[in-house]
Amino acid sequence: MALEITAARPDPALLDLPWSTPLEEWPEDLLAAFPRGISRHIVRFVKISGRVVAIKEIKTDIARREYEMLRNLRRLGLPAVEPWAVVAGRVTPAGDPIDGCLITRHLQFSLPYRALYSQSLRRGTASRLIDALAVLLVRLHLAGFWWGDVSLSNTLFRRDAGAFAAYLVDAETGELREQLSDGQREHDLDIARVNIAGELMDLEAGGLLQEDRDPVEVSERIMTRYRELWQELTGTEIVDTGERWRVDERVRRLNDLGFDVGELEMTTDIGGTSIQIHPKVVDAGHNSRRLLRLTGLDVRENQARRLLNDLDAYRSYFGRQADDEESVAFDWLREIYEPLTRTVPPELPRKIEPAEFFHELLEHRWYLSERHQRDFSLEEVKADYLTHVLPTKPDEKDVLGVDTVEMPVIASED
Amino acid sequence: MATVKFEGATRIYPGNDHPSVDKLDIDIADGEFLVVVGPSGCGKSTALRMLAGLEEVNEGRIWIGDRDVTNLSPKDRDVAMVFQNYALYPHMSVADNMGFALKIAGVEKSEIRKRVEEAAKILDLEPYLERKPKALSGGQRQRVAMGRAIVRSPQVFLMDEPLSNLDAKLRVQTRTQIASLQRRLGVTTVYVTHDQVEAMTMGDRIALLKDGLLQQVASPREMYDRPANVFVAGFIGSPAMNLITVPVTEDGVKFGSHKVEVERGVLSRAGSHVIVGVRPEDVQVRTEDDGLEIEVDVVEELGADAYVYGRPVAKEITLEGSEEGGERPFIARVDGRNVPEKGQHIYVFPNAEHLHVFHQETGERLA
Ligand SMILES: Nc1ncnc2c1ncn2[C@@H]1O[C@H](COP(=O)(O)OP(=O)(O)OP(=O)(O)O)[C@@H](O)[C@H]1O
Ligand SMILES: Nc1ncnc2c1ncn2[C@@H]1O[C@H](COP(=O)(O)OP(=O)(O)OP(=O)(O)O)[C@@H](O)[C@H]1O
Ligand SMILES: [Mg+2]
Ligand SMILES: [Mg+2]
Repeated sequence: MALEITAARPDPALLDLPWSTPLEEWPEDLLAAFPRGISRHIVRFVKISGRVVAIKEIKTDIARREYEMLRNLRRLGLPAVEPWAVVAGRVTPAGDPIDGCLITRHLQFSLPYRALYSQSLRRGTASRLIDALAVLLVRLHLAGFWWGDVSLSNTLFRRDAGAFAAYLVDAETGELREQLSDGQREHDLDIARVNIAGELMDLEAGGLLQEDRDPVEVSERIMTRYRELWQELTGTEIVDTGERWRVDERVRRLNDLGFDVGELEMTTDIGGTSIQIHPKVVDAGHNSRRLLRLTGLDVRENQARRLLNDLDAYRSYFGRQADDEESVAFDWLREIYEPLTRTVPPELPRKIEPAEFFHELLEHRWYLSERHQRDFSLEEVKADYLTHVLPTKPDEKDVLGVDTVEMPVIASED
Repeated sequence: MATVKFEGATRIYPGNDHPSVDKLDIDIADGEFLVVVGPSGCGKSTALRMLAGLEEVNEGRIWIGDRDVTNLSPKDRDVAMVFQNYALYPHMSVADNMGFALKIAGVEKSEIRKRVEEAAKILDLEPYLERKPKALSGGQRQRVAMGRAIVRSPQVFLMDEPLSNLDAKLRVQTRTQIASLQRRLGVTTVYVTHDQVEAMTMGDRIALLKDGLLQQVASPREMYDRPANVFVAGFIGSPAMNLITVPVTEDGVKFGSHKVEVERGVLSRAGSHVIVGVRPEDVQVRTEDDGLEIEVDVVEELGADAYVYGRPVAKEITLEGSEEGGERPFIARVDGRNVPEKGQHIYVFPNAEHLHVFHQETGERLA
């Protein structure tokens, strides 16, 4: 059987990789030692044509299915790793067949939860990770994706203005449906709960959990956060005819959560004294889409919210409320955002992304002002940040290996 | 522990006009290992998920014990899906890996310990309880994962193609393990597979589905010896049963030049033709004209026996189950010391004691 590579844009460099060798035995010099979550399959990161890809060794038909599923998820605009290729038809020099490979692009600045826990962490990190996962799960469910294997290991996290944004990394068990039943959503939630508890207990057993809260208790948060969010996004609300402003308020609340409302169904009761409102949420990314439209900056949701707030502050500071939004945004970008994020020390791009850097500057300004009880200009803040804060930060662009675990449950023999 | 009952259970997916599971009736005994088998898309997974509460039941009912669970949420059914991608946690002991989910369910520490120890005994993991999973072999790790489901002590275990990830050798090994484990535990189990060999070797009984319809539910032996229709006959057994349409005579059927006697009562329910089924091991082979003339294409030597693959010389005779572009071969098992050669013509007819007769139109079993 011949080697068979399926990819949207195949890179000839793929052919140079040692496909006739099991992934576990690939030479070190090909590999990038980034941390990974817990997995049953062998996963390796490989540098190829100036980028890093994740290669997972898995049965070919499952690899193909997962590749297609990831493509579908991305087509639906959902946050998932980008599938790149499937390699099939591998054989050893002796002619024995080897499992296929799924190749995805390494998600830059992404942090597996285990890597986060090897850094010194702010309190409440677990909660913030779970919050991000709850948002991801709700978005997936709204789109009809039934995950089947929800866990911290199967999620990647990126910093997002002090919070985290979650991305799906393992779609192996997933199915896309027209719509999910309550039982199906609850099933995912139940799996999430048990997996998160297990993952946190594991960190605890390894002495890596710096918080002293009970993992079981922390894991419960996925249920409450998910349900709150689901209710807010899909729940029907009954308001008095005299309180129409509450319709607007509902839309604004959804926007604040980062979701756009596609349609709002309104029905009045027979007497006409109350209105029933039922939103149909289209997607998350309300703020990041708005910022993209205004400035061309493509950043994550909370970062976008932060930047938009600063843009608003800029606008009122200069009394430009009457000006058109685009031109104010253009000036803000040129006068404030770009000067601050462009001229930076060379190590900065490895440690932090521009939008997150900007967010940190705003945070740092608040901190300095509190401490010294006076206003600071952003240039002053930046100088202080670069001297005192940046050197203490780890590189996060492609975080290097700590506590990586592979636990093949089913792929090996006695 | 409990019985399970599907009662006219039907599932129509939104947007489909045909049910994916159609009026399914199965009674599963307490402690029974039932394997649901059938070709891809026949509704196996759907049926299992209906029982798990993960797929709505549009018509009919499902019972676990004497509880009608049709409208209960998955949580309230007391069933466990086994092998659903269980992760093993490297820093936790084997005992904790098996028992931690009970902690979430609020089970007392001492009770967790008790159940973990019981499960470990059954799984031969007792000496390893305090070790870390890294120190275990692949097979032992698999058993730890099974342990996670066992300690929940559910009323019913559900498994959907749990071995599909494994290579062939490990699959055989693991299926024996699961079957013997199930017998020791005595927990009612419903197991889904598309592999009839797996079904035959594991199940107390097999339920065979096609296009959402139950074809037959019976023990492996019964399925093999008395298939209810042509579809079951062709699906169960490897290599497959030969199925050929032949003319009916006064007191039997004609198999080429060979007459096989069949009870008159049977023939009275048939038309001018019937479909005759004969398993490869029940084929009589002659070198002179007696039976259906076959040209040998391939001979597969297996030592004591050999399988002969050929096709009827008369072009108008085809085997049932042949698809467009792919004729099914006629298969006969012969003595390994007396094997015909490729290209040779042989004559075959069924052993009268092991003859299967099906209605030509309905495909239903006549004898
Ligand atoms: N594109 C990627 N970018 C960054 N990290 C990745 C990527 N793909 C995989 N990983 C890392 O590899 C780990 C294992 O990948 P994955 O979850 O797909 O493997 P698996 O064996 O299918 O897992 P499971 O045991 O949950 O089925 C992930 O937890 C993640 O940390
Ligand atoms: N969510 C769905 N929406 C619409 N049709 C579906 C859905 N899921 C399954 N089906 C259809 O229902 C039928 C039964 O599917 P099911 O997955 O139960 O079959 P299966 O026997 O388990 O197949 P396989 O062995 O391929 O897993 C198929 O025709 C399938 O296309
Ligand atoms: Mg995974
Ligand atoms: Mg997986």
